[in-house]
Amino acid sequence: MALLSGGSGHGYELKQAIEHEFGALLPELNSGQIYSTLARLERDGLVEGEAVADDNRGKKVYRLTERGREVLRDWLGVPVPGARLKDGFFVKFVVATSVGLADPTDLIERQRDEYLQSLRDLDAGLASAPHGPTAELLVEGAVLHLKADLEWLDLIEERLAVGRSA
Amino acid sequence: MSVLLEARGLTRTYDSGAAPVPALAGVDLTIERGEFVAVMGPSGCGKSTLLNLLAGLDRPSAGEVWLDGSRVDRLSETALARLRRRRLGFVFQFFNLLPMLTVSENVELPLLLAGKRRRPARRTARRMLEELGIGDKADAAPGQLSGGQQQRVALARALANQPDLVIGDEPTGNLDSASAGEVLGLLRTAHARGQTLLVATHDARVAAAADRVVTLRDGRVTRDRHLEASRPVTLPFDPDPA
Repeated sequence: MALLSGGSGHGYELKQAIEHEFGALLPELNSGQIYSTLARLERDGLVEGEAVADDNRGKKVYRLTERGREVLRDWLGVPVPGARLKDGFFVKFVVATSVGLADPTDLIERQRDEYLQSLRDLDAGLASAPHGPTAELLVEGAVLHLKADLEWLDLIEERLAVGRSA
Repeated sequence: MSVLLEARGLTRTYDSGAAPVPALAGVDLTIERGEFVAVMGPSGCGKSTLLNLLAGLDRPSAGEVWLDGSRVDRLSETALARLRRRRLGFVFQFFNLLPMLTVSENVELPLLLAGKRRRPARRTARRMLEELGIGDKADAAPGQLSGGQQQRVALARALANQPDLVIGDEPTGNLDSASAGEVLGLLRTAHARGQTLLVATHDARVAAAADRVVTLRDGRVTRDRHLEASRPVTLPFDPDPA
């Protein structure tokens, strides 16, 4: 919708614009996804499609409706929630410590392996895949989150050690 | 690959009054030629002690250090100094450039100490500075450069003699994230060219660039992990209504 806010476009143009922004860091975009999303938005009255006159394959040019523009503005106006109190690793950690099914230290080490490998993968991806500044920013964000996750593992390990010696 | 550096049962105990405190308690570590090894661990885990022992800047209370098939922990001070000059390169957290020398002279110094003549040393220094993107700073004083630029000079100095091993102690520890990224890129390039690297770091991004991440805790190796080359990155893309 945001890509349409500056004017109009058909599905293929939108696909290209998205690929231009995110480069090869994204998996191949499925045209079906784009068209089904556009169809859904049209059904909800957020975009309107107009058949291209000299095209008999049913190609449509889409533009935002007034209502679509409003929904977009509202969506942009609401900040994304900040606190993240759901964490897949922590669930496993709590289960491991309370039920005694796995060694929590081992769990932490394996998770650390995974985060370090993910950091490596992200930087290798940036180095090898062609990408735009948007993808780079996204990766920088993911890197910062991974660093925080790693610090969190350090903290959990410290507390675990204190708990054991207490 | 062949073994470049080997630590066997490396132990270092400091006498601090009543009970001797072990800073390093029996570390075994083998580094292959061409490897990039990162050492991580909380402050006081023994990282710096390990690096100092491997670099011959300190002597072990027990254990051995072997460089390229020769035992080095019992060499004389003179022989150790010579070994450091010719076979090792160092990058520190606070750059440790000589403030009275120009940037170029800082890089030339290890070359001159290794017996190279002045003109070829100067040429090599210029070329290295060019490669690291700071050729135009050759005649500047280190103090006129940003932290990131100073660390690049330090890296040029460390690499100048094509040492067997470059040892880094928190090389990005005093840099902003952009400069840290640049220095990391240079470490990666050096590694890609076959340079063996041993880097102690708190920076997970630096550690993640290494082939191996060794974790030290209370003077012992608690984990020695090999990272995979790299897995393909696929970022999730959910076509939001926008």
